[in-house]
Parts: sequence; structure tokens; C-alpha cells
Amino acid sequence: MKTEQPLEGKILTPTFLICGLIFLISLIFMAKRFLYGLGAVTNLSDGYPWGLWIAFDVVIGTALGCGGYAMALLVYVFNKGEYHPLVRPALMTSLFGYTLAGVAVVLDVGRYWQLYNIFLPWYMNLNSVLLEVALCVGAYVAVLWIEFSPTFLTKFGADNAKAFINKIMFVFIALGILLPTMHQSSLGTVMVVAGSKLSPLWWTRLLPVLFLISCIFLGYAIVVFESSITGSRYPIHDETDLLGKVSGVMAWLIAIYLVIRLADVVIRGHLNLAFRGDLLGNMFLLENILLLVPMAVLFVPANRKNARVMFLCAVSIVLATVLFRFNTYIIGFDPGNGWHYFPSVGEIFISLGIVSMEIMAFLWFIKRLPIYRRL
Amino acid sequence: MKIKRRDFLKGLAGSAVLAMAPPAMAASSEKNRLPDALGILYDSTLCVGCQVCMVACKRANNMPIEFSGAQRQWDNPVDLSSKTLNIIKEYENGTPKTKDREIDGYAFIKRHCMHCVDPACVSACPATALTKNTKTGIVTYNKDACIGCRYCQVACPFDIPKFEWDNPFPKIVKCQLCNHLLAKGQIPACCGSCPTGASLFGPVKDLLIEAERRQNMTPGKYYEFAESDISSPKKQVHKANKYIPNIYGKNDGGGTQVLMLAGVPFNKLGLPMLPDRSYTAIAENIQHTLYKGMILPIVAFGGLIFLVKRTEKKKKE
Amino acid sequence: MKDQNLTGPIKEKLKNVSRRDFMKFCGVMAVGMGLPLGAGTQIAEAITNPKRRPPVIWLHGQECTGCTESLLWPSHPSIEHLILDLISLDYHETLNVGAGHQAEAALEKSVKENAGKFILVVEGSVPVKDGGIYCMIGGRPITDIVKETAAKAAAVIAIGSCATWGGWQSSAPNPTGATGIPEFLKGTTVVSIPGCPPNGYNFLSTVLYFLTFKKLPALDELGRPKFAYGRLIHENCERRPHFDAGRFAEQFGDEGHRQGYCLYKLGCKGPVTHANCPSILFNDVGSGSWPVGTGHPCFGCVEEGIGFTIPQFTEADVEIVTPAAVHAPIQTKRGAGISAGSAALVGGIAGVAIGAGAVVAKRLGDKNKGE
Repeated sequence: MKTEQPLEGKILTPTFLICGLIFLISLIFMAKRFLYGLGAVTNLSDGYPWGLWIAFDVVIGTALGCGGYAMALLVYVFNKGEYHPLVRPALMTSLFGYTLAGVAVVLDVGRYWQLYNIFLPWYMNLNSVLLEVALCVGAYVAVLWIEFSPTFLTKFGADNAKAFINKIMFVFIALGILLPTMHQSSLGTVMVVAGSKLSPLWWTRLLPVLFLISCIFLGYAIVVFESSITGSRYPIHDETDLLGKVSGVMAWLIAIYLVIRLADVVIRGHLNLAFRGDLLGNMFLLENILLLVPMAVLFVPANRKNARVMFLCAVSIVLATVLFRFNTYIIGFDPGNGWHYFPSVGEIFISLGIVSMEIMAFLWFIKRLPIYRRL
Repeated sequence: MKIKRRDFLKGLAGSAVLAMAPPAMAASSEKNRLPDALGILYDSTLCVGCQVCMVACKRANNMPIEFSGAQRQWDNPVDLSSKTLNIIKEYENGTPKTKDREIDGYAFIKRHCMHCVDPACVSACPATALTKNTKTGIVTYNKDACIGCRYCQVACPFDIPKFEWDNPFPKIVKCQLCNHLLAKGQIPACCGSCPTGASLFGPVKDLLIEAERRQNMTPGKYYEFAESDISSPKKQVHKANKYIPNIYGKNDGGGTQVLMLAGVPFNKLGLPMLPDRSYTAIAENIQHTLYKGMILPIVAFGGLIFLVKRTEKKKKE
Repeated sequence: MKDQNLTGPIKEKLKNVSRRDFMKFCGVMAVGMGLPLGAGTQIAEAITNPKRRPPVIWLHGQECTGCTESLLWPSHPSIEHLILDLISLDYHETLNVGAGHQAEAALEKSVKENAGKFILVVEGSVPVKDGGIYCMIGGRPITDIVKETAAKAAAVIAIGSCATWGGWQSSAPNPTGATGIPEFLKGTTVVSIPGCPPNGYNFLSTVLYFLTFKKLPALDELGRPKFAYGRLIHENCERRPHFDAGRFAEQFGDEGHRQGYCLYKLGCKGPVTHANCPSILFNDVGSGSWPVGTGHPCFGCVEEGIGFTIPQFTEADVEIVTPAAVHAPIQTKRGAGISAGSAALVGGIAGVAIGAGAVVAKRLGDKNKGE
């Protein structure tokens, strides 16, 4: 019976060091942000108050961390125990995605020293979609760390603690499925209120449904993506079979999603906007083609045995879902009045710094903690 | 790949229950006008673009001067901002010779917070930093609650809340209908200083009646118009202009307490064309459908506990 | 009617001036000070029935006598009417009949006889450095003379910028320590009539007000009468519409200058100078008879920290917020778009990602083949 083990190996690899350097540079921009305000580092404006950090680090970042959620659904709701080996790496990715989204939030909000206000009952606005997202994400981060704790406890040999947590783990697993369902869909509802400023190609009452389904298949895509990369570099057990099954589930979900998405646009009478040849129309076509093609490819059984094909399909699906969120939050958002936005060098560097942190943590974790099954 | 069809359908049904938001379900959270709401009636046809309202607003609210270019002699913002709560903008078309004409004409529009009946910013703010007074309906901001997330900026259909981008300890800034002056028995500075009666302060129900009266005026005939405050005995006599047959803010976006009349179509003046049902109501509808009383989440949680325990038991076998 | 008993005295004093003209003059004086018309009657009474002509002692410090000379041109009252009929000018170094010991004796006598009743006018600043040796009158430093005399005066008026805040001689490095009278006599109420020279009517109106109402007119926090120094020149300037519309003279003699456009860009200090020059003008010769009206930017002679301090052609800071005549358009293109830096960065990231992806794909392909 193969179990998870640390992959060992040198920590200070070139990749790790480059990421470290990028992170250090981003610290300079972060300092500038806190000393001089958001305007000094970002291109955010009154027309585009949300930009790269919210759209990418928070919305996309947490969506990319839906691997844990998606795998938990398969294993615990659909009872597919054989997927279990993929759970831990997925959980780890979720951990990073969500924790660092929290870091991005602290960087992005203007009055960060009062951020805890949303946890105080007398300040909470229960009508606010964003409040629900914030509370859910906060709770989910805690759940993820608890779910992940056995991995740490194994390394430090704390067997009693590990046994205790494993006994009550079922509560947290259940929460770990409930909470993302709530907040990933609500991340779609967040943009419903901006109906007058969001292109009809993206605004719909079904935004929560679309965000939820897309985050689930994105979670699977991330699992395939990550396992493929790790598998191509490190001596881990070959998970191609499992990845093939996951890819199959993914293909079906994409099919359901595309039907809902396109039917919704057609019924609301806005399909013509997709073919105008302008930026918005092309973005809409691109985001859906990047889903349609891999879906078709993955419906072919032979392709689900080919590691390279599955990797490329996963990449396409990740890009598509990332683009869908960028479109909903930034590109499809037009406040009118002559505003436009593109992230500044400072904004990009800070996001890069956060991603670099993530990569460095990922490398340390897989080498020093039992995450993957070894050969 | 084989998924047992039964399991698949079970899972799908569960997900659908958790995620679908059929509009037919749950009562809509439509808001009605408050009976004692206070507001402003801005009549673009009476406005002469003197901008005294901008000066008075800056003085009354201690706002800093804003320069839009290298010339630093005047306060000349191009839009509302963290330094400017109220602005007069000018519409121009062709050779702008005639006032309040759409083609080859010009007109003025006053922009500031509309103090909506169903404010998107109040609904959006997670920390209750923006609140709507339950009597006057004025929407005010509390910096001690605010976390600076700027969701209010995303939500507002009029793009009113502005942010202090150049301040390391920033606030959101917007017109608060001179709440601090109302407390002293005075009226908003813009209305108090307007020389032509273009900005008129008063209870919204009276302003709506006045707006209808103006819509029914015969263009070219002379009528009496109140100055500054609708209850003021001081009246001016003006020739009535041809109005666009619409009171902006009566129903737009769920209704606003700042009403507008104009001689040029409102969309040309930069005002957004909004449906009568506010997007706020739509978003709140979705949330209430899913989360009212936290019933659905608790039921789902119970179901998930059951499923997880069953899986764990199976694993042990 | 109250003014009936003035007819006699008026006829006696003013001979050829009709009662009506005289009353008109008093009315004009009253309005010029911002007083109600009825005050004209009070002024008439004060002028025609003085119990005794109020004594005035006029001391000179570091000055050019320009302020005295500025009293030569007002016509209502003219200088001779002022000093012959309205006040008793007991000491004035330019106008004294006697000189030397006689003049100093007259000063001493007047101060002793009229202690607590005379008006002290000081023209020019006092040098406080080196024991005041830079301005000596009759062998004594003017600083001592001013201190002693002021202690016994009913009211102290500082006429001119020199007396008010030190004038040009107080500009850096101020070798003599030239100081204005209000600062020198700290603790005493000193009415300041700054200007270089001040408009003669500002001084005369203040004196007449004091004679009529036995109290000083409303003063601002620097002791300047509000009726004259309460507003910026910028607020009453006839060229203000040009300022608001953005029409400026850029150089002397250019088209804008010839059109009479605003002189702000030539360094006009109107926006930072409190004075009534554009309202009452100079020399009673009609409109345009003030520096800006003739096409020369104001240099802020009245204002401490502006006149003789800020260079003539340095643009003034505009203090009071006012709207421009230009309006914001309905829509303005704004927001930072893509820059060279961000484009390069995004391009770089995309390149790295594609490269890494290709490497992984190849490795996976090889793995496939290997199986």
C-alpha cells in the first residue's frame, strides 16, 4: 500500500531562489503601498476600484484553490474513495490559494487596520454579499489548516493530537464542502449589484451558478495541472489513471456549464454582442472556446490515458476559467465616463511576489511533508 | 470512466439545490420611499452654470481645492473625487449656441450623491459604513466602520463614492446632503447658495409634486419658482422651458431622493439609464433566497455530515 | 430738524459752501466708510461743532514722508481744511513752523496739556537695533520718543506700511532692526493704515470716524480698519472676470495687455493683498486710476510678507476657492492604461509560463512514450 511521503531533496533550487528574489522585490512595492497609499503603487481609480489584486489574487486565487473542494466532493459526496491520493496535494494548493488571497485582501483594502470590523457583530451588514464571502473565506481558511494539520503532525510525530483531530475530522470535511459552495457562488453574486456597469455578456442572475460550476471543474483542472508538473519533475507515483478519471468528470461539468452559459446569453437576447468583433465579444468567444475544445478532446477515452494531452487540456481549462473571472470583474466592467484600466508595474509585481511565495511554500511542503505518494 | 449514475444524479441534485436561485422564489426586497425623506430637485433648465454651488459645497464641507491641470488659479475638477463632492458639468453639441437644446446646444448638469431609495452602496458595504437614515433617507458614511474594500464604488450605478487614493489612511468620500448643516436647522450649502433656484431643497414628496407641476408648464409662459428651499416664501419668476417628459430619479434604479429635470435627454447628460427594479434588489433577492435564516446551509451541512461519515465508515471496511 | 442748528456754524466756517453740498459731502464720507446715511449728520456735527479742535501729534520714524504727502491730494477734506479747521496738528516735523528746540518744546507742551486726549499718528518704522541709534530726533532715539508719547495718547494710528509692519527697510537683512509700531508697542491698541503710501481717504476716514463716534472703527486682527482692508483686491478688481475666464496678459505690451486682461501672470499680488484700491481708486480722477487699472500688476505694498518681500513677477498664491469659467465636460477620458513597463512584465510572465508549460508537456510526452 503506497502512502504519502516527503519527496526530499534540496530546498534552495534555482526556481526557489528566483522566486525568493521576486518576493523580496515585491516587498519594496508593498512598503510603498503602505507608506504612500494605494494610488502610489497601483493604477486603481474611482472608475476601476477593483483591479488585478481583487480579480486575480482574491477571486481567481481562491478559485485556483478549489482543488481541495472539488476532490472532497468526489471522495465524500460521490463516494469515490479511489481518488483519495489526490486529496492531499489538492488540499495543500487550496491552503496556499486561500491564505495568500487573505494576504492580498489585507494589501488591497484601504483601511486595513480596521479589517476585523467585519467580524464584529455590531458592524456586520447581513445584507452584504461581500460580508458572506469574507466570513465564509475566513472560516474556510481555518478549516483548511485544520484539515491539513495531520500532515504537519505526522512530521512532528504528535500522534495523540493527530488521532484526536482525525476523530473529529468529519465536521471539518463537511464544512470544507459547504463553505466553498457558499462563497465561490457568492463571488459571482458579488457582481450582480453592478448590473448597470457589467456587459450583458457576463451579467446574469445565474452568476452564482456559473461561478460555482466553473470553480469545481477548475479545481479538477488544477489537480491535473499540478500533478502533471510535479510528476514530470519529481519521482512520484504515476497518477495518470486517476487523472484520467478526474478529467472525465471535468468534461461533463464543462458540458453542463456551457449549456447553462450559452442558453442564458441567448435567452436574454445578447448573443449578437459576442460576434461584434470588439474586445468584449472576442473575450467571450475566447473564454468559451478554451472550454469547448478541451471538453471535446477529453470526451475521447484514449485522450484520458495520455498525460500530455490531459495536461494541455487542463491548462486550457485553467486559462478559460481565469479569463471568465477577469472578464466578469474587470474586462467586462465599464463604469462609463471615459475610464480605463490596466495594472501597473507595482501591482503586477506584488501579485508576482504573492505567487512566488506560493511556489516557494509549495516546494518546501512537497519536499518536507508527506503530500505525494513516492515511487 | 464509470460513475454510478445514481451517485452522479444524487450529487448533482444536491449541488443544484445549493446553487440555483430561481427568481420566482422568496419575496423581493423592494424598498419604498420614506414618507419624510429629504432631497433636492435640480432643474437643469434653470441652472446657469455659475458653479457657486461647487464653491459653497467646498466651503461648507472643508474640502480641499482640486486642480485639473497645471494652472493652479482655480478649483476646476473634471469630475467628482475625494476632493469634490458636487460638480457642475456641461453638455455641448455642435456649435453650442442655444441653452437646453440637444443639437447645436448646451446644458448643465449637477452631479452628486443621489441618496437612492434602495442604495446599492448601503446594501453592498460589509461593515455597515454606509447607512440610510430611517427618517430623512440621507445616506451617510462612517469612517470608523469602513474597511476600505471599495465595494460601494463597484456597486453604485452613479459612480458616486470616491476614494482617497493618495492617502495612506484613506476614506470614502461623498455628498451627505450637508447633514451637519441640517442638524443646525440650515439647508444644504448648494441649495442655499444657488442664485436661480436650480437646486431646490425640501421634502421629497413636495419636490415630486413640484417636478410634476413643472412638467405640466407651458414652455414660454412665466411662472413662479421657489428659491433655495421649496417652503421659502421668496419666489422668482422665470419663463418655463421645454422639459424632457421624465422626472429622473422618480423610478430610476428603484428611485432616488435627488430628482432631476432637464431640457436635454438624461443619457446625454451622463446619467445612467436604469431599470425601475434596482440591481440591489436583485442581488439581495438571490442572497435571501439562499441564506435566509441560514436554513439551506444548515440542512446542507447536516446532509454533508451524513455523507462524510458514511464514506469514512466505508473506508474502514 | 436736527441739522437746522448747523446752518449758522456751517455758514460761518465754510462761507461759500452751501449747506446742501456740505451735507452731501458728509453723506459721501459716511458711505465711504460703510456707515448708514444717517451717520452723515453726525459727521457734520463733529466737524462744525468741535468743542475744541482735537490735538494730533505726528511723529516720524524711518520714513520717506510719502504718507504725509498722500494727504495732499484728497479733496474731502483737503489738507488745509484738515489741519486748520478739523484738528489741531501740534507737532509735525514737515509742517512745523518752528524748528529745533522750539519744535521740541511745542511737543512737550502739547503732550503735557493734552495727556490722554490727543491722537498720536506715527509715520515710518522705528529701528530697534543698537539702542535705536539709526533714527535720532533732537539727540534722542525715536524709539524712546514713540514709547513715551504713546503712553499718554488717547489713540495711536500707524500710517503707512513702514509704521504698520516695517516697510521695505525691514526686508532681509534688516540691518537697523526696523519694526512696525504695533509690534513695537505690544499691548497697546494701534490702528494700522498700511500702504505705500496708503490711500489718503483710508486715513482721513478713520480719523473722522474717531472724532465723530469717539471710538475706533471695526478693526481686523492686524488692527486694520475693516472698511478699507477687509477684502482682497482680487475680490473687487475690475479685471476679475478676465481672471475667471482665463484671459491673461503674458508680457507687457502684448495683445492681452492691450486688451486690459488680468495681470496675474505678470505677478499681480491682488489675490493676496487686502486693500480697497480698486473700489475707491486714487486722486479722484476717475476710473482706472490705480496700478492695475493703468496696466501694472499690484505689488502688495499694503501686505506684510508680500510687499517688498515677494518678487514683483512671482505669481501670487490664490487663497480663496472660486470656480473657473470653464466647465467640466460630461465625460473625461481617464485612468492609467498599459505602460511599457507593465506590457514588458506581462509579456515576460507569459513567455516564462509558455516556456515552462512546453517543457512540462514535452516531459509528459516522453513519459508517455516511455511506457
